[in-house]
Amino acid sequence: MELAEAKAGGADEGVDLLAPALLAVSGLTIRFGGVTALQDVSFEVARGAICGLIGPNGAGKTTLFNCISRLYDPGAGSILFDGRPLASFARHELASLGIARTFQNVALFSTMTVRENVCVGAHAIARGGFLANALATPLARREELRIAERADALIEEFGLKGVADRPAGALSFGVRKRVELARALAKGPKLLLLDEPAGGLNHSEVDGLADEIRAIRDRRGVAVLLVEHHMNLVMRVSDQVVALDFGRVIANGRPDEVRANREVVRAYLGSAG
Amino acid sequence: MADAENALSLLVTLAVAVIALAFPFVASGYHIYQGAQVLIFAIAMLGLNLLTGFNGQISLGHGAFFAIGCYGAAILMTKFGLPYWAAIPAASAVCFVAGFLFGFPALRFGGLYLALATFALAVAAPQILSYTGFDAITGGSQGITLAKPQAPIGLKLTSDQWLYLVCLASGAALYWAARNLARGRIGRALIAIRDQPIAAETMGVNAALYKTTCFGVSALYAGVAGGLSAIAVGFVSPESFGLSLSLAFLVGIVVGGLASLGGVLFGALFIEFVPNIADQLSVNFGESAKALPGAIYGALLILVMAAMPTGVAGGARAATNAVMRWLASSRPIEVANDGGADVAAKYEGKGESP
Ligand SMILES: Nc1ncnc2c1ncn2[C@@H]1O[C@H](COP(=O)(O)OP(=O)(O)OP(=O)(O)O)[C@@H](O)[C@H]1O
Ligand SMILES: [Mg+2]
Repeated sequence: MELAEAKAGGADEGVDLLAPALLAVSGLTIRFGGVTALQDVSFEVARGAICGLIGPNGAGKTTLFNCISRLYDPGAGSILFDGRPLASFARHELASLGIARTFQNVALFSTMTVRENVCVGAHAIARGGFLANALATPLARREELRIAERADALIEEFGLKGVADRPAGALSFGVRKRVELARALAKGPKLLLLDEPAGGLNHSEVDGLADEIRAIRDRRGVAVLLVEHHMNLVMRVSDQVVALDFGRVIANGRPDEVRANREVVRAYLGSAG
Repeated sequence: MADAENALSLLVTLAVAVIALAFPFVASGYHIYQGAQVLIFAIAMLGLNLLTGFNGQISLGHGAFFAIGCYGAAILMTKFGLPYWAAIPAASAVCFVAGFLFGFPALRFGGLYLALATFALAVAAPQILSYTGFDAITGGSQGITLAKPQAPIGLKLTSDQWLYLVCLASGAALYWAARNLARGRIGRALIAIRDQPIAAETMGVNAALYKTTCFGVSALYAGVAGGLSAIAVGFVSPESFGLSLSLAFLVGIVVGGLASLGGVLFGALFIEFVPNIADQLSVNFGESAKALPGAIYGALLILVMAAMPTGVAGGARAATNAVMRWLASSRPIEVANDGGADVAAKYEGKGESP
């Protein structure tokens, strides 16, 4: 069902302007002391679309992710997901709602194995509590099997079999980024937030990642909000690109439009020094 | 490799079970009593290890929950006439609630601050228990004397043997439950909260609920241990629950191995016997040195931690790994097969991914 939707979405470039947006950010503002990290930020992401989010260092990209995943409470503005305001949900409810993310600096559970990390990603597909698990009820056992199946499939898909039983903390940055990606997909999200997934990768690996992100979207129909400094990667995979500078949206449109936008060019040249 | 490890751990578990079961039928009365003490400590440490080892919440106050279990059971038995098999679960339920409620303020504290908050609990418990205003219920500084439960008629067991077996059965059941918790989704969530609380929440783990529930479960284990201790000793008094008891539990889980459930048995043996050994050793140095047992205990503790920095469980794991490697190196053909399978698995994984 979801897959069919995704295929249909992919056929007409992924962006259906008539359908209600999956993610609608409007008037988002947040300050830290004197710094206005986000100012009146508004944009929408359609179901199954890949939306690149670009901007120089300190533009507010990670801050926006943190607002969407409820780590920060914005001072003003709203975020609607699937038509529902995120402000009415607690952090831990977002996974069930369909939002998953990775972290810029990688936030794996370092003492756990790769497989266990991916299993935690699937935490929200089960319901059993302390008592059911302590007594190993049939429900808890069934859920455990389901989680293990899900984790094994992702480990296979992301080529992590060789490291599945290694502690996550012992792996290279690039591999950990990959584990985080697998972990984020374990619950089957509708929206995937990727914060610099190409970190720690070399040139050819970055090219591979572009295909992989497309493939993830095409197979699952998941919308992706992608923060990256590798401009070629962003422009290649995105259906839509939003550019931030000093917390404000300076451009929002098709990749080629945004790439040619004068303010975007100026922001990047200005921050080059 | 993993299969061999599992087989080995099953073997060790079976051996421990056999020894533990045979023990009360070969040992003398006082030793059986000591064995029951070890099991009681081990139960309390199972709970503390879930909290501290798995979930990363330090408690210096588990002696207080132990005290609630102990007094709760004693009061229910003497004042309300409940049999011990009903009094202990009831007192443990009270401990769960107390621990769960204490878990809420604990949410605001991290690391050392939580250690201090629980420290306060440990300091307050004996004072509250000996407070004269509660004399009518707690017996004040006199404490409460209980009749030791007897074995059911028909079973030809001494009271000590029966108590030991009750402790063993409780310990086995609670170990089984803790293992189920630790090995599944809940255990992973608890460790996730310890390692990366924000990422854990992003994965859908309700960290606040899990932390408070873990505190409750941990207190429940301490409560069962306290209740069993009440009937095993036959007497409860405020002095038994000083800070040193709370510290002993913490020492025990570190010696046994943090986040190792089997390790608590070693931790319990350590805190039951090493202080006595220190006492006996100090006798060799003459009567004059009063502080010597403490110093010897400290030195033994440092020695153990220096030899096994990750506790007895970690040391045992390292030792088995070394033995396995040695066995493997003397049978090179098997190693080659193993390596081949690994490589094949890796390529299989690559092949499937588009
Ligand atoms: N928790 C915080 N406390 C104070 N200031 C913050 C906090 N989080 C973000 N900021 C500030 O907000 C601004 C935006 O930071 P943010 O991390 O969102 O940038 P970014 O676009 O992700 O940059 P980069 O590309 O370097 O990752 C910066 O000036 C940063 O210092
Ligand atoms: Mg950032």
